[in-house]
Amino acid sequence: MDTLIETTLLINGESVTRRIPVRQNLVDFLREDMGLTGTHIGCEHGVCGACTVRVDGNIVRGCLMLAVQAEGRAVETIEGLSNSGEIADLQDAFHKRNALQCGFCTPAMLLTAQDLMTSQPNATREQIREHISGNYCRCTGYQAIVDAVETTLAARLEKAR
Amino acid sequence: MKAPPFAYTRPRALADVFDLLENQGLNGDGAKILAGGQSLMPALNMRLSAPELLIDISRLGEQTPALTGIRVDGGHVHIGALTTHATIGASPDIRRHLPLLADAVEHIAHPAIRNAGTFGGSLAIADPAAEWPACCVALDARIVLASKAGTRRVAARDFFQGLYATAMQANEVLTEVVIPIPTAGTRHVFLELARRRGDYAIIGVAALAKILTGSISNLRLVYLGASDKPILAERTSQVFVLRKYSESSLQEAQDTLGDELDPAADLYSSAATKLHLARVLTARAMKQLAA
Repeated sequence: MDTLIETTLLINGESVTRRIPVRQNLVDFLREDMGLTGTHIGCEHGVCGACTVRVDGNIVRGCLMLAVQAEGRAVETIEGLSNSGEIADLQDAFHKRNALQCGFCTPAMLLTAQDLMTSQPNATREQIREHISGNYCRCTGYQAIVDAVETTLAARLEKAR
Repeated sequence: MKAPPFAYTRPRALADVFDLLENQGLNGDGAKILAGGQSLMPALNMRLSAPELLIDISRLGEQTPALTGIRVDGGHVHIGALTTHATIGASPDIRRHLPLLADAVEHIAHPAIRNAGTFGGSLAIADPAAEWPACCVALDARIVLASKAGTRRVAARDFFQGLYATAMQANEVLTEVVIPIPTAGTRHVFLELARRRGDYAIIGVAALAKILTGSISNLRLVYLGASDKPILAERTSQVFVLRKYSESSLQEAQDTLGDELDPAADLYSSAATKLHLARVLTARAMKQLAA
């Protein structure tokens, strides 16, 4: 039997306390215990990027972090970013540019793109590609994703003027 | 897959980590230290490793500040073992004093992994294709190992002993790395070839040299992905010393590299391909250093 550790963390702004098995990954906890199934599970060894979540403001792999390690931390998922409207423009651009087909990689792709847009608002196409290089997409060939991110970056820069 | 069952503890002090390590004996998979988790967690999830106990030190920097962050002290830079790759990449002190590390960061996996993976963790695992071990050998870093008995410093060159093998004993924790700031006028280059951006290196080189009026000295060419550990190619480096960069010195160095480097084939590249690519990178590195 796995040991359980009482863990308190902030999920999309809401404080949650649960007794969590020590070997449960953060992404499994979010999906199975919290019902937040927008964060996906692909490879489970840190390669595909589908499980990307934000912890204390930084994107990390949800499959390479134990849920008990999130004690006292602020975890944000696609549900949080989506509901707050933080990435509404980016989601809209993905839709318009057909930057998704099956949608499996999309939540994590959006989190990673948003991470780039907040840290490098002047990113070039090359920098966009570099930043999303750890997120696999098997449908789009990435071109449309890079287009959507580039369009959103330009629109945000314009708006900030 | 999911990780096999393990016991988990999150000690509050380094002294508690020492106690746990002393008590677990010396059997390999007994206890593992969990830092950034970017190598250990995949190994657990793929069931390549099945430790009885995980000792989570990832938050120990909150109690022991020396374990995390970057400190410049006279002629040295101290990097706490728990400092993330991302922190190193964003540090003005690193860019100023150890630009080799700043250039190497962008070859380390992807942003989400750089946010979690740690400098000390990468060294302790000693993956032969990893960037930090080669950089530490090139920079003549000292690796600080702590245990109940005290601390000791090991030169990076002696620290890496083979495939995932280091000079670290089972009762020791890698706490800090001390790197001498290269003297003024030292140039650096970090180059790596990978199949995709952020993927494991096929081959890479970390190099430092002094160039005075075109004349090369103190050259250290260190190769990653070329053997079971980072390789300081001393004879190849020596070819250029007190000479100017030229096609003939490069040719001589590339020939010498063939004697000095004996890469093993991996899944995608034959030994001959790897050696060829090491020669290509040597040419690029020397051109950049001498430019």
